[in-house]
Amino acid sequence: MGRARARAGQGSAWAAAPGLLYLIGLVLAPLVIIVVYSFLSRAKLGVGVKWEFSAQAYADLLFSESLAGGRSFDPTYLQIIFNSFLFALITSAVTLALALPIAVWIATRPPKDRTGLIFLVTIPFWTSLLIRTYAFIIILNDNGPINAFLGALGLVESPIPMLYTPFATVVGLVYTFLPFMILPIYASAERFDFRLAEAAYDLGGGKWTVLRRIVLPSVRPGVIAGMLLVFIPALGSYLAPELLGGGKTSMIANVIAAQFGASRNWPFGAALSVLLLIITLLVLVAFAVLSKRSARVTGRSSWESML
Amino acid sequence: MSRRPRGTGESLKDFPLFGAISAVVFAFLYMPLVFVVGYSFNANRVVTVWKGFTLDWYLEVLQNDDIQRALMNSLRVAVVATALSVVLALGLAIGLLRLARSGNSFAWALIGAPLIIPEIVFAIGTLSLFVQMRMPLGVNAITLAHTAFCIPFALLPIRARLKSVDLSVYEAAADLGANEWRIFRRVTLPLLAPGVVAGALLAFIISLDDFIVSYFLAGPGGTTLPVYIFGMIRNAITPGVNALSTLLLLVSVLIVSISYYTSRRKR
Amino acid sequence: MSHETSALTINRVSKQFSTPEGGVVRALDNVSLEVAEGSFTVLLGPSGCGKTTLLRCIAGLEAADSGEISLRGQRIDDVPVWKRRVNTVFQSYALFPHLTVAQNIAFGLQMDGLSKTQIAPRVEEALAMVRLDGLGGRRPSQLSGGQQQRVALARALAKEPEVLLLDEPLSALDLKLRRGMQSELKRLQRETSLTFVLVTHDQEEAMAMADTVAVFDAGRIAQVGEPRDVYLRPRTRFVADFIGEANVLPAEVMDAGVRVGSIGDVGLDVISGIDGQPPGTRGHVAFRPENINWERTPNGDAHVLDVTFVGGDLHIVAEVGEDTITIRASSHHEEPPRTGDHLDLSFPAGSVRWVED
Repeated sequence: MGRARARAGQGSAWAAAPGLLYLIGLVLAPLVIIVVYSFLSRAKLGVGVKWEFSAQAYADLLFSESLAGGRSFDPTYLQIIFNSFLFALITSAVTLALALPIAVWIATRPPKDRTGLIFLVTIPFWTSLLIRTYAFIIILNDNGPINAFLGALGLVESPIPMLYTPFATVVGLVYTFLPFMILPIYASAERFDFRLAEAAYDLGGGKWTVLRRIVLPSVRPGVIAGMLLVFIPALGSYLAPELLGGGKTSMIANVIAAQFGASRNWPFGAALSVLLLIITLLVLVAFAVLSKRSARVTGRSSWESML
Repeated sequence: MSRRPRGTGESLKDFPLFGAISAVVFAFLYMPLVFVVGYSFNANRVVTVWKGFTLDWYLEVLQNDDIQRALMNSLRVAVVATALSVVLALGLAIGLLRLARSGNSFAWALIGAPLIIPEIVFAIGTLSLFVQMRMPLGVNAITLAHTAFCIPFALLPIRARLKSVDLSVYEAAADLGANEWRIFRRVTLPLLAPGVVAGALLAFIISLDDFIVSYFLAGPGGTTLPVYIFGMIRNAITPGVNALSTLLLLVSVLIVSISYYTSRRKR
Repeated sequence: MSHETSALTINRVSKQFSTPEGGVVRALDNVSLEVAEGSFTVLLGPSGCGKTTLLRCIAGLEAADSGEISLRGQRIDDVPVWKRRVNTVFQSYALFPHLTVAQNIAFGLQMDGLSKTQIAPRVEEALAMVRLDGLGGRRPSQLSGGQQQRVALARALAKEPEVLLLDEPLSALDLKLRRGMQSELKRLQRETSLTFVLVTHDQEEAMAMADTVAVFDAGRIAQVGEPRDVYLRPRTRFVADFIGEANVLPAEVMDAGVRVGSIGDVGLDVISGIDGQPPGTRGHVAFRPENINWERTPNGDAHVLDVTFVGGDLHIVAEVGEDTITIRASSHHEEPPRTGDHLDLSFPAGSVRWVED
């Protein structure tokens, strides 16, 4: 005998099925195919792959083949991976230094002003990344506004070359990911109970003491989340090094793109992608461990402050 | 000398230099937008040397056939990807609340993946999939891929809205004689409407602004606006790029503002 | 008049929930109840006693594990919520925030497939019934809590249900408003002559409104009856304790009379109220604080510990042997007892009840 069903109107788990199937088809399947491709051989004309097992793509990461056929250790790609790490690290550090003050500053404004200020922080994020990156070509140009400004002040005699340098890449990356650092730190800072700071003042603490010993520890989950949200996408950045680095400071993504473009070596591009995915995953796990540890201290996890 | 703060409670909340740094950061955040927009009115063909005010570049851009074609491609992709992703996200939002815990973490991994996976990897992965399945590249391929990474953006506001609904409202509707379908149409959907609108707007600009995935999937006929702009930048920096970029920026800022106000509108 | 017919019959209904911790809670344990047509029945009990679960089973929002629920003689267990001619006033009101007051009330009528011209007058009528004329165009968020309550009521009443279910409808209102709504609900029930089934944990509320009260204790119905009857003749220790104030003391039936706690042979007229218990039976007796006669005597058994003045009455806490009992007395008494006094206690006939554990 069928009983009347409970929980009317809340829908059923089946409603999620089309969406999940779609994501399996267009997110999971592409990842699987990359892994498969990385173990196949290069196609004759370079587009696509030849269905023949090969570990060549992974060997290419470390060795190069001379015309004579001999193999020798070649650190080119290791260097690029190292560069990518370095860029991502510098980007995280710089965004942290800039984001911390502004996040705390916004969180200490009157509540009615806060949403507006945070909205102001997010607007650039929603505009085209391509255009924002392109803007720095204009800004950092030899004839651009910065050099013009410095020249007008008489500080420099000839323009400082900034565009197409690692510096330009870092500026572009910092700009791109700044909101990703500000938002989670703000989320933590906003929940900070300012009476704790008042108690610290009352006990004789100065501003720096309160900042260092009371405020900073309580925004740590936000900082950890922010580092994650900046570091991971920065590692796989394509546009900033492509447009601002002038090809001199390639990161992993640029090499991957090249394999699927001009270099026409899909298996190698796929192997690099697999490597990038593995690194991303490892970083994710490392952050998860870190955030769990900090959650034990503050009672709040970084994941929580991300959402 | 004492560094103890004196005065009112408000000043206790201010830390030295934080206000100044914040001002600098805000300037930094808006500087690129300001320069792109500003130079789009520059009469000089050399972008960064100001010569005078003109709207010529806008005329030039708007009359360009290639740009019009790229714009149409972008809009087609964005509209269809938005519609698809919103429908799928709506189902996900409702279904996920009822899904068992183990299913839920798998689902969230899938939904969050497009946000975590480096975009370049997603782009070449989708490219490989389409090539492997002998699907032609172009507007349709881009649309399918965009739908996937628009889903999380559409989902978040819808889910936030759904979670704020008092469950007894559904029970009341059933109690008053509405069956499952009528509850969905008459109660669930209207209640979710602001979330759906906000989600759709976000999905729309995410699709409209995407470059990397579109670039790899465009094929011969699928050039979207950002792909076209990339080509322009590669060739030569002209004020036309600035004019076109300004138009695209305007659309994004407008849409995100509407989305912001819709989601803040009180119930 | 013909004898009462049943609007609602609950027959041996059980329902259990599994808790997140893996345990099982028996929310309803073989519950049976007859609700008379046109009655105001109140399901009373502390939170978690199963009364709301029963209400939700009647509404169809919850499915019982076993048992039968019938509406005017027809089984409704298999009828889905939206087809049951039963409507609910929810504790949280559950008004549709996206609809106006009038649209909220019209919703249920639209679901019945009524035309616009049929709906409009019934919405007006429902608004008038709960005295909200003219507020049909407002949104629920623009109304006070009390007004929202009335809209929820009007919305359910407009459907002219065979039974109206009310789930703690007054719990969100402040005390003064609650009193007003109690008489309002009574009035509505009289005017519409519909069957009302109301759930509450507030015994005063139950006493004030009910024709019939069903007292719930841990998933079972402990006692059903008229409020006065339940108050004067509680059947179990729980009912005596939960409804009004009661002194509950251990007791034992002797060959002649009852030995109550350590009172010993104090108030031997106790026996007259207790029948049918064989000598040697041990259990409890209950008596109300206001049903105690006292007299000050130097060697009385009751020793006064404390006297407080509460709401026009005197509350006297006295020690009798090892037990403590509460006595309520009029404060107009010329010479009220004081702390340290000794009292002699006696009980009016029938005021001491034998109660089951």
